Amino acid sequence: MAEKPRVATASLCGCFGCHMSLLDIDERILQLVDLVTFDCTPLTDIKILGDCDLGLIEGGVANAENVEVLREFRRRCKTLVAVGACAVNGGIPAMRNQFSLAECLRESYCYGIGVHNPGIPNDPEIPLLLNQVHPIHEVVAIDYFLPGCPPSADAIWTFLTAFLEGRPIAFPYTQIHFD
Amino acid sequence: MNASAVVTVEGFVAESLATHGRDPRHLLQHLIRVQQRFSYVPDAAVEALSAALDVTRTQVRAAVAFYAFLHERPRGAFEIRFSDNITDRMLGSRRLIRLLIERLGLSGLPAWGRDLIRDDGRVSVGLASCTGMCDQGPALLVNGQAVTNLDAQRVDRIADLVQEGIPLERWPGEFFRVENNIRRRGLLLGNPATDGAALRRLVDEGADAALAEVERSGLRGRGGAGFTTALKWRFCREAPGTDRYVVCNADEGEPGTFKDRVLLTDYADLVIEGMTVCAGVIGARRGFLYLRGEYRYLLPHLESVLQRRRAEGLLGTRILGRDGFDFDIEIHLGAGAYICGEESALIESLEGKRGVTRKRPPFPVTSGFDDQPTVVNNVETFLASARVVQWGGYWLRGEGTDQSAGSKILSVSGDCARPGIYEYPFGTPVHRVLSDCGAENTQAVQISGAAGATLSPAEFDRIIAFEDLPTAGSFMIFDDSRDLLDMVRNFAAFFAHESCGFCTPCRVGGALLRNLVEKVAAGQGSEYDLSEMRHIGAVMREASYCGLGHTAPNHVLNTLDKFPSIYRRRLAREAHTPSFDLDAALSEARGIAGRDDPGTHIHKLSGETA
Amino acid sequence: MSKTFKLDGREIPFETGQTIMDAALAAGVYIPHLCHNPEFAPHGSCRVCVVDVGGRQVSACTAAASEGMEVDSSSEAIQATRRAILQMLFVEGNHVCPACEKSGACQLQAVAYYTGMLAPHFTHFFPRRPVDASHPDVVIDFNRCILCELCVRASRDHDGKRVFAISGRGLESHLVIDSASGLLGDSSFAASDKAAHVCPTGAILPKGRGYETPIGERLYDREPISIVGDVRAHEEEVL
Ligand SMILES: Cc1cc2nc3c(=O)[nH]c(=O)nc-3n(C[C@H](O)[C@H](O)[C@H](O)COP(=O)(O)O)c2cc1C
Ligand code: SF4
Ligand code: SF4
Ligand code: SF4
Ligand code: FES
Repeated sequence: MAEKPRVATASLCGCFGCHMSLLDIDERILQLVDLVTFDCTPLTDIKILGDCDLGLIEGGVANAENVEVLREFRRRCKTLVAVGACAVNGGIPAMRNQFSLAECLRESYCYGIGVHNPGIPNDPEIPLLLNQVHPIHEVVAIDYFLPGCPPSADAIWTFLTAFLEGRPIAFPYTQIHFD
Repeated sequence: MNASAVVTVEGFVAESLATHGRDPRHLLQHLIRVQQRFSYVPDAAVEALSAALDVTRTQVRAAVAFYAFLHERPRGAFEIRFSDNITDRMLGSRRLIRLLIERLGLSGLPAWGRDLIRDDGRVSVGLASCTGMCDQGPALLVNGQAVTNLDAQRVDRIADLVQEGIPLERWPGEFFRVENNIRRRGLLLGNPATDGAALRRLVDEGADAALAEVERSGLRGRGGAGFTTALKWRFCREAPGTDRYVVCNADEGEPGTFKDRVLLTDYADLVIEGMTVCAGVIGARRGFLYLRGEYRYLLPHLESVLQRRRAEGLLGTRILGRDGFDFDIEIHLGAGAYICGEESALIESLEGKRGVTRKRPPFPVTSGFDDQPTVVNNVETFLASARVVQWGGYWLRGEGTDQSAGSKILSVSGDCARPGIYEYPFGTPVHRVLSDCGAENTQAVQISGAAGATLSPAEFDRIIAFEDLPTAGSFMIFDDSRDLLDMVRNFAAFFAHESCGFCTPCRVGGALLRNLVEKVAAGQGSEYDLSEMRHIGAVMREASYCGLGHTAPNHVLNTLDKFPSIYRRRLAREAHTPSFDLDAALSEARGIAGRDDPGTHIHKLSGETA
Repeated sequence: MSKTFKLDGREIPFETGQTIMDAALAAGVYIPHLCHNPEFAPHGSCRVCVVDVGGRQVSACTAAASEGMEVDSSSEAIQATRRAILQMLFVEGNHVCPACEKSGACQLQAVAYYTGMLAPHFTHFFPRRPVDASHPDVVIDFNRCILCELCVRASRDHDGKRVFAISGRGLESHLVIDSASGLLGDSSFAASDKAAHVCPTGAILPKGRGYETPIGERLYDREPISIVGDVRAHEEEVL
């Protein structure tokens, strides 16, 4: 028997909602683990990304670490999918693009309501933020887009089954929404 | 720069209204005067004009924001704009801009829509789209007046004059000298003289006979589209309407075109005669000459020709003594908008509005100025019509090809020994023009302006004619020392700057295209970006609303096909590259953190932070 | 006998003077559109209604129908052009659908669904644009304005007010409001104006309402715009 396709997932600048939605496929998750092997993903806690057939990316690109992870996924995954509004167009985090980074940080860490010990964190361990939040297709090539905030479990399922069976990917009308 | 009398904004507007009237359609003309006087359009002027002309203040502001030569905020008392056509750049304009900026104590470089303004308000430096001086560039405009043949010495002197605050009237006259550079004369340029013969024939033999001559000549419009002139006149004549109008399109905005400038300088009488003949044929009583703002230095000359013709009975009431033959011409200035050369946008601009293309049909011939039947023709078309009516249709047919009767006047610029004006019979091959003007080692010819076609040497035996290479007259030459990507960058920026913004493909597609061209030029592009350029170009070509958007991607699509190496040699190795500079995108964070160590940089290719 | 033309193979009757769009809508055939609203003069700016007539692309909302013409409105090539135009509109503004009160009942979104657009594809401009909440009853979020000029036309041609205009040019084109401050609250605009009820996107919205309809039951949640029709036909339900 041929090896099962390997699937990896990552959450960049997102809220894990898309991963939750993936889990929302409920009992079909059992079918899924039959069909694929999960590589590096927050679901398995595998930390090192291996060569994969499919990579699912949630979240946009907001900092230097996001860039690094995304590029690693592009290198390792034959097919890379933008999952959810933030990956597709930056989503809610990209609303910060209306402001300069300094304005955002000052508001969050200095002048915002309920701030104690005001001061912008400056630990070298913290990845530097990009001037703006970007959708992932602006950083690497993306093969498929799955919009939604989050995409419904059904939409994710439609995608995965069609993809794994090598069928053309087509969604029923109700499964595509931008919110 | 006439800072002599202290004039309030309100006072100035009141005077302008008193002299030039309260027709809301004169809004743009009032705004141009205000801009000229105060170096911007102050709020007080917006309010005063809005109240007097019954247009909303928003419409006034919208017009100011639309035209590149009108400003909401003050420019310098000396407002300097360098012509930024590729031909100016090839003649070294970038170096001269830097020199002037340095001499004036400014910093940075001006960009489209971003002027450098000195804190003391003395001077500002900006860019203008091609100012029509390509045969004697680099050129600039200072307070709207054209300065030609710039070199380091001249720029140095300009810096002194500005520093000393010498008013323009006392600047050396040779700075403002504009040469005609007519190198080859044919049917039209052979003889500038007229004594009103075309008008006399019209009056003697009647409008039908005059129109029949135009029909017989097969004359087609010289502004680019090549519509049959007689048909246009006939449609307009037969269209229902209370009034009819004749409009001469002297917007000449196509980069690399300057022949209308020369025609208006030396052949103005014939152009005006052509307009008058047209008026006689279609029954118009009013006409407009829409003169691009860059040529405002021609205004006194043109006004004097109009005045003389009125005195000679060739214009005004009872032309040549004939009852009922009344026709007069007003000159309207443009204010820096290429789209206003498009006939329906031109009419919007004549009516004082933003120059946004109208929905067509209806075409101007049925619904033009004031929604009345209107003929819009190019300067050269009117000139040719005057001769056709005077000398007969067969005279024009004596030269040219089957579908292209007569001659075409070309504006030749770029890499050649003798740039200038050349008139050729239609059917002339490109290589003939190249050898006549002394072009050597020619790599490419851009024909019919930025919107036209990029020709490779394999095409130099193609002919100038509507059936092969239609052209509005621009002929820009690039020798093999040039990097054609510089041309592409210049044109892409031009179209993004000049899109009127009405329709999606041109407004957004034009900006996307410019950004991709810049990305490739910066060495950050990939093969994928080239395919994106083709994709966006195709959408613009297919789906744009007007000719500007349809033709704006031509130069990119042409060069991708014919000169792929100008792109290829700059591509990154990857098949896909980020749409923005990743490392530069960390600049703000580095600043805030006060760090610049290797850990705060993103490597271009590896994608790993060091 | 009435005249007809062919739209995707189907005979569509029309009267002289009707556009392709008029005739199609009258025959119950959907052609996607954004700047078009039959209550106002055709505009032709969004280009989403592009159709192919004998190899030439024209906007259905402005092109006159003519006898015997063959119109392609559904081929993949035409849909792809429309998709690209929609993607341009999405990257031009800031469309954060999950945070938009109009989502689910937005015509821009619905037309995007109809054409099969899954992502904005192009590079985002992320322009910085304001939100104007100065009016007591209506809010304008310029991030979502697609410059369709329906509010401009409604205010001028229907309300007789000229509250709105488009300023600037090229990508700098933007909607402006006629008041000394430039704010809606200082203009003569009223929530009862026609102009308050024509925006195809979430750019002009009534205040104090939003997210009232549960997800799954909103205007375009279950059926595409080709069946449901324009937002304006469902004013009562969605506002
Ligand atoms: C973007 C654009 C710019 C144009 N600019 C000019 C111009 O500067 N001068 C001109 O005569 N025609 C220009 N045209 C063509 C005019 O729309 C129109 O066809 C022409 O003035 C008609 O005159 P003709 O029949 O004598 O050529 C332009 C067209 C477009 C689409
Ligand atoms: S193509 Fe569209 S945006 Fe471009 S100039 Fe014409 S109408 Fe304006
Ligand atoms: S206006 Fe429409 S497309 Fe834009 S954010 Fe709102 S719902 Fe989304
Ligand atoms: S606010 Fe709405 S109606 Fe007005 S132009 Fe923008 S999108 Fe169109
Ligand atoms: S609906 Fe036809 S162009 Fe907008």
